[in-house]
Amino acid sequence: MYGKGLRALSISTVVAMTAALTLVFFYAPLEAEQGFLQKIFYVHVPLAIVSLCGFVLGGLLAIAHLRTRDPRWDFRSYVAIHMSLIFGLATLITGSIWAKGSWGHWWVWDEPTLVSFLIVFLLYATYQPLRFAIEDPERQARYASVFAVTAGAFVPLNFIAVRMSTAFLHPRVLGSTSNLPGPMALTFLISLIAIALLYATLCKYELTAKHTRAQVRALRRRLAGEESGRAGEGGRTSRSAAPSALPAGSVGPRPAGQAARTAGYPIKGHT
Amino acid sequence: MSALLAETPALPLHEAGKYVAAAYIVLLAMILVYVAIMAIRMSRTERELGELLAELDREEGAQAARTGEQGAGS
Repeated sequence: MYGKGLRALSISTVVAMTAALTLVFFYAPLEAEQGFLQKIFYVHVPLAIVSLCGFVLGGLLAIAHLRTRDPRWDFRSYVAIHMSLIFGLATLITGSIWAKGSWGHWWVWDEPTLVSFLIVFLLYATYQPLRFAIEDPERQARYASVFAVTAGAFVPLNFIAVRMSTAFLHPRVLGSTSNLPGPMALTFLISLIAIALLYATLCKYELTAKHTRAQVRALRRRLAGEESGRAGEGGRTSRSAAPSALPAGSVGPRPAGQAARTAGYPIKGHT
Repeated sequence: MSALLAETPALPLHEAGKYVAAAYIVLLAMILVYVAIMAIRMSRTERELGELLAELDREEGAQAARTGEQGAGS
């Protein structure tokens, strides 16, 4: 289900990442002020953009969940936010390294862009504990979706607020890419595409892995002879922050003992 | 901050190189850690699936034996 197109996406990501790294180190010219250190720009800024877009995407998927009540949307929203958090952490680390090389400090508190990104990151860092704090899966999904929508709306507002602030010390990227020399702009765009593809691929891997695991658990329960009373849980066996990976009403594979039990979920050697 | 930036000269390659390498290594390390976690999860799922298949085999074998006994009895 989620694994469809994963191979093509993975290959595209590897090609794009290779192209981006080649352009960064062998094509893009050295920046006049920062010299070689500016190469961090090509990894740090795309990571930040993709991470923030991922948070917004999580909010949009949460809206779909609230509209349809289909837990699959909540599952997708959870994975989008989970992956954005990882990318956000990478953004903070690479940003700190850049700050240390450029300004001599790991972190600068009077820099609005840095601090606002940290606020967004910390806001989303509460997402997992929030989920874990609610035991009932349906309520957990609903509250998590409300959180994702609210926090997702906060991301662009925060971005605009920083733009409107008076201090313009942090390098402006969006809106000023046209000021970059051609080779630098091209390298930046390819890097952005590569990081976006990496995000999409890792999300798809996560979705596929979690869905497969939920199916295996559902199959185990079926074989153990459990009744379909746990249908709404979609593969959950205990309290977890991770949402249901199977749609509502699904208990995964069909009951054991039927000839067509593996029809929907082909297993090699058992067809 | 602007004064600090203005006075910061372009770092020589040998000085900047370690920061650039560190930034790219962080990204690479995070991808590798993620892949390692996925590999562990995948092997666990594979093991569980193997156990389920073995369970199915046992169940089918027992069912076949029961059917054979009933056929012989009638």
